Order: sequence, then structure tokens, then C-alpha cells
Amino acid sequence: MSIELKPKDYKSDIKPVWCPGCGHFAILSALTKALAYLKIPKHQIGFVSGIGCSSRIPAYVDSYGFHGIHGRGLALASGLKAARPDLHVIVAGGDGDGFSIGGNHFIHTCRRNMDMLYIVMDNQVYGMTKGQASPTTDPDWVNKLTPHGSGIRPFEPLAIALASGASFIARGFSGDPSAMSKILVEALQHPGFSFVQVLSPCKTFRPEQMEWKKQVHNAFIEPTDDPALAAQAIHNDDGMGMGIVFQRDIPIWSLAKKNTNTKQDDSKTSIEKITSEFEL
Amino acid sequence: MSSSSFSVAVTGAGGSGAVTTGLILLEAMAQHGFYGFMLRSSGPQIRGGESAVMMRFDTGEVLAANNQFDYLLALDWFNIERFIDEIPLDKNSLVIFDLSAGEIPEVLSQSNAQVVGFDLKKMAKSIQGGRVNMIALGLLANTFSLSDQSIDRAVNKILGRKGIKIVETSIACVIHGMNEHKKSNLWPVKIPTGNLSTKTTRWSITGNEACGLGALYAGVRFVGAYPITPATEILEWMSPRLEKLGGGLLQAEDELASINMIIGSSFGGIPSLTATSGPGLSLMLEGIGLAISSETPVVVVNVSRGGPSTGIPTKSEQSDLNIALYGCHGDAPHLVVAPLNISDAVFTTYWATCLAEQLQTAAIVLSDQFIGQSRAIINNPTIEDIKCRRITADNAQENYQRYKILDSGVSPMSIPGTPGCMYTADGLEHNPKGTPSSMSIDHLTQLEKRNNKLLKFDYGEQWSDISGKGDIILITWGSSSAMVKEAAQQLKKQSYSIKTIAIRLLMPLQVDLLSAALKDAKKVIVIEQNQGKQLFHYLHSQNSLPIDAYSFARSGPLPFRPDEIANYIEVIL
Ligand SMILES: Cc1ncc(C[n+]2csc(CCOP(=O)(O)OP(=O)(O)O)c2C)c(N)n1
Ligand code: SF4
Repeated sequence: MSIELKPKDYKSDIKPVWCPGCGHFAILSALTKALAYLKIPKHQIGFVSGIGCSSRIPAYVDSYGFHGIHGRGLALASGLKAARPDLHVIVAGGDGDGFSIGGNHFIHTCRRNMDMLYIVMDNQVYGMTKGQASPTTDPDWVNKLTPHGSGIRPFEPLAIALASGASFIARGFSGDPSAMSKILVEALQHPGFSFVQVLSPCKTFRPEQMEWKKQVHNAFIEPTDDPALAAQAIHNDDGMGMGIVFQRDIPIWSLAKKNTNTKQDDSKTSIEKITSEFEL
Repeated sequence: MSSSSFSVAVTGAGGSGAVTTGLILLEAMAQHGFYGFMLRSSGPQIRGGESAVMMRFDTGEVLAANNQFDYLLALDWFNIERFIDEIPLDKNSLVIFDLSAGEIPEVLSQSNAQVVGFDLKKMAKSIQGGRVNMIALGLLANTFSLSDQSIDRAVNKILGRKGIKIVETSIACVIHGMNEHKKSNLWPVKIPTGNLSTKTTRWSITGNEACGLGALYAGVRFVGAYPITPATEILEWMSPRLEKLGGGLLQAEDELASINMIIGSSFGGIPSLTATSGPGLSLMLEGIGLAISSETPVVVVNVSRGGPSTGIPTKSEQSDLNIALYGCHGDAPHLVVAPLNISDAVFTTYWATCLAEQLQTAAIVLSDQFIGQSRAIINNPTIEDIKCRRITADNAQENYQRYKILDSGVSPMSIPGTPGCMYTADGLEHNPKGTPSSMSIDHLTQLEKRNNKLLKFDYGEQWSDISGKGDIILITWGSSSAMVKEAAQQLKKQSYSIKTIAIRLLMPLQVDLLSAALKDAKKVIVIEQNQGKQLFHYLHSQNSLPIDAYSFARSGPLPFRPDEIANYIEVIL
């Protein structure tokens, strides 16, 4: 494409359903900025999600998108990337979508290390269903469903991604879109599965998260390729540290044969060879 | 039953080689010009458990279970009581067993079958490395007057990869067994009537392979896979062959993933399939609903087994019809088709894929263990081009509408990578552009679109297989069809006039064509292998059955026997 695309050219004309002040807006902006910076052709993007406020994001980007079902975005994206390695596959969703109902896919997609970007827009709450605890919510956070708090300790997504085999692991903050955008540029360029947790306040159900901007800090200055050092850095952090913590070249999973033929005219002779195995 | 048909069962403990014996016998009979059918049955153990093969041979294509067994080759008596229900014997049956295996079990003495003990072990010992199963195979080989050449080719084909030594020893054993039978005159040589086939283009194929092949023919190039009995062989058979055709298979972490993976790959423009069985189909339902709502073509082959829950993984039942028809939440019209037998599994899976692609929806192919894990010698099937293809939007368009309302209900689908007609597919209700909408007008028009495209399409005469003429009409589907057809032939000999309708396209039901086919019916009987009369109730719900129609339904895992069906019909006539 010869015309230079601006970040706003990557936005669709659909108006987001998000509440005013929701952290998810900034993620949309940071992502479109990264896409424009890398000059990725819009029609070569496959943007996949699950269900949740956050998972609405593909429709707001002017690209190919798939707003799938709750928790299954990574699975759908893995099929798309396997069949169409030529596409830039991006997946986004919430902490409930990715870590609870989709937790198994999270582990196995990290393990598979296919070349795609996964953004979890983490607000430590189920926003869409109006405020229940997620796997990253503190145990004493009181809500209608668990009036004494969930009583369950949150898990650390970065540590799980590391243990599961993700090859690029980072944390960003929606209150600092330009730093986030830089992380996303790195993540998009990384060959392999890039996992970016973005802390993204839910103004409506977790208004106290508006204080996050005072609590976040730069933590991971230089990414390491040593899992032991990365594990240490993640565990020493208070969960509010920003930056790329781990990056390493790890074999990427892809179908044995690249460039699947999209036309239906593939070699009759091969099929005939296959049928000949049945002959007596 | 055709007079030229005869049947053999082989049973034995794990490691006794019952399945290998069956495979070699089937191949040798095929080499000799017979057609054949071999159903497998195994116990609950993963490895080393007892197993049985049930085989039927004929001078023409044979794909139905038989009424009774002419020969039972008991390599030992290990857990024979677990199989005996599946191997009906009568006074004409001959049981051949190894004298060293101990006393004849009581279950056998009750059957009135003739029993002949043989010192198979001693005979095997006379050949270095010799095995009981190959000696026993020799006894049968001579009974059917197979040639040394057929045996040679069959053993080479089935055991060839185990090395020359094993092949030679096995052939020596079989020949030894053949000679023993010739010498001893223990039971007569049975040469069937009818001409043997000289066709060289016949195939040896299992139903699971047939499904895989039909899918490849139709252009499936991506498979999302999670293993489950008895569907795994479809996935394993397709995996290396997909690679040869420039596609591939992705092993998923579960069925929630495998169904979503193929929705993703199909969205990417590649015809895609997954195969599973009841428990997996249960997990896939939400994904199937997504494929329907987002109008993404996918094919799900369900090789059904005894249910509910984990049920009977290794044995057949037609009890997944309800879940295939009604499993999805919401109003979710889609395609449900069922192959009628092993040979038809090639066409039906091919057809299902073409239809799913053309109509941009989910197609469920209802096979079962009886079809999937059986092997048959068939005439090589010819596939006529159905000419159904996915309609794509290939050029940039101002204001592209992915879910545009058109007469056919099918709107051109743009494939990622195509500039200028980007869209976001959605399982949320949407407007023609694809933008989520909860407005009643959008819900109404899109529901109608997804329903109409299936109803308006002309499926041709493939919706069913109708045979015979008469005012007694048997309606059936799937693997029961072969036995129902044979029952009808038996009854015809007693001058009943009977028509059989085996329904291939179960959803959308071709209501008008079915009622035309039922026009002059005096008696209608719906026959299916499940307890809940699932097809019977479904047809009633569509006002497609006369009010006094009969239901003959019973659960698996025992396959229907043609006699069993014929007896039922005779009683009600
Ligand atoms: C199978 C299924 N179960 C439950 C739901 C209801 N549901 C919709 S979104 C959601 C959670 C959303 O939370 P999260 O993923 O954290 O995203 P957020 O809305 O906070 O951005 C749930 C439980 C659903 N859509 N599907
Ligand atoms: S509920 Fe929370 S997460 Fe959802 S849009 Fe509103 S602020 Fe954002």
C-alpha cells in the first residue's frame, strides 16, 4: 500500500460500547498506533476475541475480525494462524475470558508458541456481567456474588505464561498509552507467542482502580531470555511493574507445510495417489 | 439372507491375534474375488484385552450385519461370554477351538452349535515360531478353498511391515492348517454359489477412512483434532494425507478448542473439519452455534458410540440424533447428514462438506462405530461433482455487507487478505454489516436469513436412498439402513411389497419429498438403534408420519440383525 496510514485509519467507524473513562479506550489507541507504526496492511490482520467488554475491541479496528465466544478466542486464533500463516493474528480479551473460562487455552497456546499477539485487558473484574471476581481479583474484594470476598488468592498471569512456555511476556498500563504502544510494537515484531497483560481500570465496577496510575512503576527495564531470572523478577514485583520481562527465541509451532492452498484446485493426482492405497 | 453369504467370527485374548487373523482372512477372501465386511469389537482394556472380529463374505457387496454365524474360530476361551451376545450361533454353526484351551464354556454348549476341538497348539509347534491363529486361519482358508496365492498376498499385505521372517512363518502356518483340513476331512469345503468378482478396482476401506477421504475430496485442508474413540482413526488417517495436500492438522487441548480452531481456519478461507464422538460433541455445541450464527462453514463428524456420558466407547449406537438436531441453544438451523454404510460414508462426508461450504453453516455428519471401525471390500465409489462451493467476495467493495440479505440467504463471504471488504464476524446478533445489534428487526431478518438459506436450497435426490416399491414402508437412517434393506429383501421373498426409505439428510428434513414418498403407505415403520425413538419423534414433530406409524427402536450396542427386523415386521403385519 502506498498511502501512509495514520493510527486513526486503523479505527473502524463503530462507536465503542465502553463506559466513559474505561481503560479499554487507551488500549485501542495504543494498538492502532502500533499497527500504523509497523505499517501492517489492514486486510492482513486477523483480530480475534472472546466475550466481555474488552472482547468487543476487534469491531473497533478496521481489519478482519472475529468476535467469538467466551474464553475461546485463543483457540479460534490458533486455527486461523495455522491455516493462514501469512496473516498477522492478534487476540484480545479480558481477565475473566482469558484466565478463567479460557484458562486451559491460555496454557496451551503459550506452550504451542505460535506467532501471534495476545493482549489481556486486565481490570481484575468481570465488567460485562456487572462486577464479579476474576482470577486476578484480590480475595477480600466484596461484591454481590461473593459478599465476603472470593476468598481465593489471585494468580499471576506473567508467571503462568512463563511456566507454560510463552516466548514474549510483558505488562503495560492503559494509563500510559505511549509506553504500552512501544511494548505492543515489540510484541508484534516478536516471532512467537507474545503475551501482554495490560492493566486497564474498570471505572464502573472498580472505581478505586483509578488510583493505579499512582501505583504503577517501571520494573522490567531489559527483557531477559533466562526463565529463572524472569521468574525471579515476576515474583519480586508487586504486580504493578511495567515493561517487557522475558523474550526468547523458542521454536514456533506451525503446520508442516506453510501456505495452505486456498483454492480448491489442488492436485487431483495427489488425491488419486491417496485413493490408490485402498485398491486391492 | 443371500444364499451366497457366509460369516465368520474370530475371538481371542489380547495378543492371540484375533484382529490380525480377521484382517488377513478379509484380504485373502478379497484377493480371491469375494466381497466382505468386518466389524470389530473389543473389551474395555486399552491393550491386551480380549477382542473379536465379526466377518461376513459374499459374492456381491455386503455391508450389513448377518443373522447368524457359520463359523466361530475361538483362539482361546478368554472372556468368551463377553462376546457371545454379539455372535449369534445356531445348530448350523461350527465352533472351531483349540483343545489346549480347556473345557468348552457353558455359554457355548447352550447354543446348539457343533463344536470341533483341534490341537492347534501342537500343530503350531511343528513350525518354528508358529502361531495358533495362523494355523486356525489355514483351516478356514481351505474351507473356503482359497488359493495359496491369495494367502501369500494377503499375509504380505497385512504383516509385511513386520519383516520377512514373520511373513514366511505365518504363510507356512496357514498352509499347514490348510493341509491339515484337506487331510482330515473334518468339515466340508463350502464353495459359495455365485460368481466371484474379477474387478481389480475394488477397495478395502474402513468407514472412518471413508469419511476422511470424502472430506479430502471436497477440499478439506485443515483439521482441528482431539482424540476420542471411535473417531480417532479419522483424525489419524487424515493427518499425514492433509500434509501431502498442502494442509494440516492441529492437535487441540480439548474439544472446546478443536471446534473453535476450525471456525478460525474456515474464517481464514480453508474448508475445515473435526471428528469426535458423543462426549466431544457435547463440548462442541457452543462452538457449533457460533459457526451457525457467524455463518462460518464447518464440518463435524460424530462417530457415535453408546451413551450417555462416557457410555460404551467401543460399541455402536444411534443415540446422538437428538443432540445433533437439537443440541444448540437458540434457533440454530444447520445441516445434519448420516452415511448409510461404509461405502456411502465417502459420498456423504463429501456432500456434507460441499453443503456446509455452499450454505455457510455447520454440518454434522452422524456416523457411528458400526460404520466407522468396520472394514469392507467395496466397489470403488465414484463421486460425482456436486458443484457446491463457498461464495466469496473477491473484490474491494464500497460498504461491504457480510450478512447482506439476498434471495438465496447466502451472502458472499470475504476472506482475510482481501483488501477493501473487511468485516468482523460475530456470534452476537448483528445487522447485515456484521455490527452487533439487539434490535428486533435485525434479529428477525438474520434468523430468517439463516433459516431460509437452508430451506430454499435444492438438495436433489440425495436427501434419501429409496429402494423397493410397496405400501409397507420402512423408514430408517445411518448404519441401520443396511440391515433394514436386507430385512426388506427377506420379506419380499415372502411376497410382501416393501419400500425402504433411508434418510441421508436429517436436517433440514425434506418434508414434502418425504410425504410424497409416503403417499400410498398402508403401514409405516420407523427403525432405529436407540432407546428413545429419536427419529420417530422427530418425524412426528415435523408432521411427517401418519398417526398410526410404528416405531421399532432399541438401544445398542448389539447391531440389528436382518431377521430381527423382519420378525418384528411380520408380527405387526
Ligand atoms: C459460556 C459463557 N458463560 C458466561 C458468559 C457471561 N459472560 C460474559 S462476559 C463475562 C466475563 C467478562 O469478564 P472479562 O473477561 O474479565 O472482561 P471485561 O468485561 O471485564 O472486559 C461473562 C462471565 C458468557 N457470555 N458465556
Ligand atoms: S463495565 Fe468496566 S470494563 Fe466494562 S466498559 Fe464499563 S468500565 Fe469498561
